[in-house]
Amino acid sequence: MLSLILLAIPLAASLLLLFTRGGLSRNLALVFTLVQLGFTAYAYSVFKAEGALPFDFLRNWSAKPFLNVHFSMDGISLLMVILSNLLLPLIVLSGYNRSIERPHIFYSLMLFMQFALNGVFMAFDGFIYYIFWELALIPIYFISFNWGGENRAQITLKFFIYTLAGSLLMLFGFLFLYNGSPAHSLDWMSLKSNPSCSCNQSWLFWLFFIAFAIKIPIVPFHTWQPDTYKTAPTQGTMLLSGIMLKMGTYSLIRWLIPIVPAGFAEWQPLVISISVAGIVYASIIAIMQRDLKRLFAYSSIAHVGLISAGIFAMNLSGMQGSLVQMFSHGINVVGLFLCADIIFNRTQNPNVEGIGGIRLVAPQFATWFMVVVLASVALPLTNGFVGEFMLLFGVYQYNTWLSFFAGLTVILGAVYMLRMYQKVVLGKSVMENMVFPDLYWNEKLVLITIAILIFVLGVYPAPIIELTEPVLKTLTK
Amino acid sequence: MVAEILNLRKLIVPVLVIGLAVIFGLNLNDWNSNQSYFNNMVKVDNFSVAFSGLAIFVTLLVFILSTDFYANDQAHISDYMSILTFVLVGALMMFSFSNLTMLFLGIETLSIALYIMAGSKRFDLRSNEAGFKYFLLGSFASAFLLFGIALIFGATGTFDLNKIAEYTLQNQGHISPLFYTGMVLMVFAMLFKVSAAPFHFWAPDVYEGSPALVTAFMSTLVKIAAFAAFYKLMSSTFFYTSEKAALILNVTAILTLAVGNLMALAQTNFKRLLAYSGISHAGYMMLLILSAKDQTAGALFYYSLAYALSTLAAFAIAIPIFKAANSEEIDSFNGLAKKNPLAAAAMSMAMLGLAGIPPFAGFLGKYYIFTEALHSDYFKTTLVAIFASMIGVYYYFKVIIAMYGKPANEVKLENSINYQLVLWVCLALSLFFGLYPSPILNIF
Repeated sequence: MLSLILLAIPLAASLLLLFTRGGLSRNLALVFTLVQLGFTAYAYSVFKAEGALPFDFLRNWSAKPFLNVHFSMDGISLLMVILSNLLLPLIVLSGYNRSIERPHIFYSLMLFMQFALNGVFMAFDGFIYYIFWELALIPIYFISFNWGGENRAQITLKFFIYTLAGSLLMLFGFLFLYNGSPAHSLDWMSLKSNPSCSCNQSWLFWLFFIAFAIKIPIVPFHTWQPDTYKTAPTQGTMLLSGIMLKMGTYSLIRWLIPIVPAGFAEWQPLVISISVAGIVYASIIAIMQRDLKRLFAYSSIAHVGLISAGIFAMNLSGMQGSLVQMFSHGINVVGLFLCADIIFNRTQNPNVEGIGGIRLVAPQFATWFMVVVLASVALPLTNGFVGEFMLLFGVYQYNTWLSFFAGLTVILGAVYMLRMYQKVVLGKSVMENMVFPDLYWNEKLVLITIAILIFVLGVYPAPIIELTEPVLKTLTK
Repeated sequence: MVAEILNLRKLIVPVLVIGLAVIFGLNLNDWNSNQSYFNNMVKVDNFSVAFSGLAIFVTLLVFILSTDFYANDQAHISDYMSILTFVLVGALMMFSFSNLTMLFLGIETLSIALYIMAGSKRFDLRSNEAGFKYFLLGSFASAFLLFGIALIFGATGTFDLNKIAEYTLQNQGHISPLFYTGMVLMVFAMLFKVSAAPFHFWAPDVYEGSPALVTAFMSTLVKIAAFAAFYKLMSSTFFYTSEKAALILNVTAILTLAVGNLMALAQTNFKRLLAYSGISHAGYMMLLILSAKDQTAGALFYYSLAYALSTLAAFAIAIPIFKAANSEEIDSFNGLAKKNPLAAAAMSMAMLGLAGIPPFAGFLGKYYIFTEALHSDYFKTTLVAIFASMIGVYYYFKVIIAMYGKPANEVKLENSINYQLVLWVCLALSLFFGLYPSPILNIF
């Protein structure tokens, strides 16, 4: 039943916000996301004490076709739920000093998004999972489209159709499994314990893989991503990169590998190579980027490439690393996009070149930006390091050469991130008459929270590992 | 007509609406009765009761829209209303026939009334074109149907559906070629009526030319009636004969999905867009007729309901906008979100419903169709349908983009209570059945 409450809070808040106006919507959105965060903390303590049972919810929805509503929780789900509910208040707060047109609709959509994301992470029935997966697409489409920048109509439509195309392939896969399964059920447990004949799994694998690869995105399915990140409003980009992308990587662990294990075994060498190639490719392109948001978008592709490579390596440290890194990347990328937004808002310059010298006028911003950048290039003691280290170790266990290429991400990442930081923040100001007020209170609050999380998880990642280890052990066996 | 004589025109619509509500109740009363009347010409079973209920409900909603639609044309409202009622009568006959003559009578009652309505804007060139085109092509189809019925009578000696089914079962392997010819002719005629490719050419022109209210009626009630009759025909007789009928339908289903979706991409006129979208929805429903052996009537009913609700909601917003903008292009929706955010949100919901995005009923309808089609091993056709729904998103989103992304035009929107009523009833039901489908899905 607890899972229902986790879903009900954001949904109710989203409906309620439609009837508010102006500043009230913003404040209420913050209050509700904090309430949700508090409840998530409670859920965490319950999960620690009593396990998954209080979260389990199973009801029949329709007898023919046989559809069930099944929500449940395990360590991985809980980690993702915590991530989304932790980031949402930060995302809401980061928009506090921006004026947004029609804020009640904006924040309502955002809370609806939270509802859908929580649903995706807690769904244990393929059909319900699919519905929430699609539901998450609608609010983010409208957020990016209505509050977006240049060319938003084309870019967001491309994003929508691209991801929907993947989803429909997945739907076909689910329908096939539904018809093939003896019990005519899409329940996760039954899909996992009665996998389809391995003759079919070979192509079923691709239906699911493409759906997830588009969402993550894994090169070569990434072409929607840089444009969308660029054109979406910053808070939309944070939702997309911080949480929504994790829907894909989470689904690799939750759905792809357990339900088509033979197909996965067959294609494992290919997909892990694709992921690693994507890391190198995206890193090189990131070096070439002049636009700040696009640079972060490509760096994000490189990071998630490593995460998926770790998952596909299919060993304990790879999987574990991927989860730690999913969590860390969510936090860091929100910080990065907030910094990009702060810079763009004050200088009106979207490019890396032509700014310079921010440190002289805004030392606080320069410091916190540095922390986020260092976490993103995986400096030891930051959360990025823990995840990347485990991931690279996991890939190494699978294949030495692959881990060599995957390891390039650390070097190339340092190249593009530090070069960017140097050009934008250090040195002398290139821009004439630059007015760059230092951080506002809300920005400071968000960045400091992120910095604390970066260091805490960098030094003490044990809670994440403890939470997810039992599930991963059964998966990688 | 009586009201006309007594000069009580204003009362016509309310009286009709109340009358329809009464019929709706009476109709439901026949649930589980399973009786046949007039020497087994008409058979009332749950199938016919359910579809009749849906048809009466749709007509009711359209009539509620009609008071405002014909506000400036009070002189002819009694004619229009009685003709539209005849369409409903034809549809009801098509749901409950158990004899081929009755099927023909139903289709003709429905079609002739529609030919008139399509051309009912007498001084509008397009409307005249629509009426004439529909009439010419429709009569050809009727002739095909009649000829097919005659040939089947020649082969079997009966018009009765049950006896035809018995004939096919008893004479397996040596069914007369006359029967096959008749069957093919009848199938072609039915494909014309449901506007399946390659018999779809009339639909866009007729939809575009007819008055918007008639288009709404055509794209909901008439399409449902044609499909229900088609389904009944296929499931009760022809599917016992051969695999050949399935082959024809399989090819047309794929063709219909492709034509409907690809042609819709290029449309700029909203009514033409809905016409092609209607063709593509016909393609999805064809999948159910293909798998009719597995008793897919529940899915057909659910899909018809979902499709009718979304389409009517779309028309309930579009009609006042067309009237205000004096244009039926998609451009007339430009910037609606700024002027009237509620209407824009409602239109988005209708479009998402048509595109089959959860949580609207359209999604579950499609889901159910794909499940049934896979269950009957129409593997490739289902894959085509899935790709078709991908394409579908693009053109439904064109409307949404026009509303939210384009600068506002000068059109001022009048808010009428009738349109609002129909709109929100449709959307609420679409959402309700999307979330709670079991009563409808398991109706049979």
